[in-house]
Amino acid sequence: MEVVFFIITVLTLAGAIAAMSLRHLVHCALCLAVAFGGLAAFYLQLNAQFIGFAQILVYIGAVAVLIVFAILLTRGIESAPQPLFSSAWPVGLGVALLVFGSLVFAIQSSSVAQQQAAPSAQATIRTIGSQLMTNFVLPLELIALLLTAALIGAVIIAMQEPSAKSTPMKDHAASAPIPSVPEEQR
Amino acid sequence: MTSVPLHYYLVVSAALFAIGLAGALTRRNAIIALIGIELMLNAANLNFIAFWRYSPKAEAVTGVMFVLFSIGIAAAEAAVGLALIIAIYRHYRTTNLDEISSMKG
Repeated sequence: MEVVFFIITVLTLAGAIAAMSLRHLVHCALCLAVAFGGLAAFYLQLNAQFIGFAQILVYIGAVAVLIVFAILLTRGIESAPQPLFSSAWPVGLGVALLVFGSLVFAIQSSSVAQQQAAPSAQATIRTIGSQLMTNFVLPLELIALLLTAALIGAVIIAMQEPSAKSTPMKDHAASAPIPSVPEEQR
Repeated sequence: MTSVPLHYYLVVSAALFAIGLAGALTRRNAIIALIGIELMLNAANLNFIAFWRYSPKAEAVTGVMFVLFSIGIAAAEAAVGLALIIAIYRHYRTTNLDEISSMKG
């Protein structure tokens, strides 16, 4: 069992490091998908099958593909000659190492980490469904509301270009009623 | 079934969080910074699942439910974040975070 754990660990952390350090943005997105897959394997190994498959569906199937779309739409393909990291990168790296060190120190010195696995921890679909309809029905409704709001908000934020473009064009048309350029070139 | 102790998972999750934090703080591209934020969210999810699996009261599936809602919120966050990045790209013609330093429209 430990061998499987270490293989998944290496896969996940290598994917995460590659996603954070590669220059080509599409490579970053694909390495991110590898890291998400490793996390899904962790969830399957921890007996949370439903979460594992939800991770594959939502993260690899939706979020990673969405990120690839965003990269293509912002023309991240062209390799930029500018440096990869921002000017304050030693500070950021130092903060991350500090956070990691303090987290590991806290984990090693706590008594919670020595607990053994519960013998029969199972999250069946039946349990999850009944819990969603009884104890967690309010969060379920809230997340439905949140997803609807996020859907509408994302469409509105990404759609603002036509209205912003049409206003100056209308002004231009009002100020210069006889255009000197042919319609195709405008 | 699992013989791996709990703190292995916690250390892996901490490493994943630190990698995501380092990427979000140091990379110049806005999309990569968003990827770093996603990695940090996933590290938190791994912690939730590991604590649920090793808890003495695992029949209450609270950790699993929390991760389920967290995945839903992360999906909404990714959609809105990428829409914001695309809107910023249309305005400034760049996704370089060092150049997007003014809040003026």
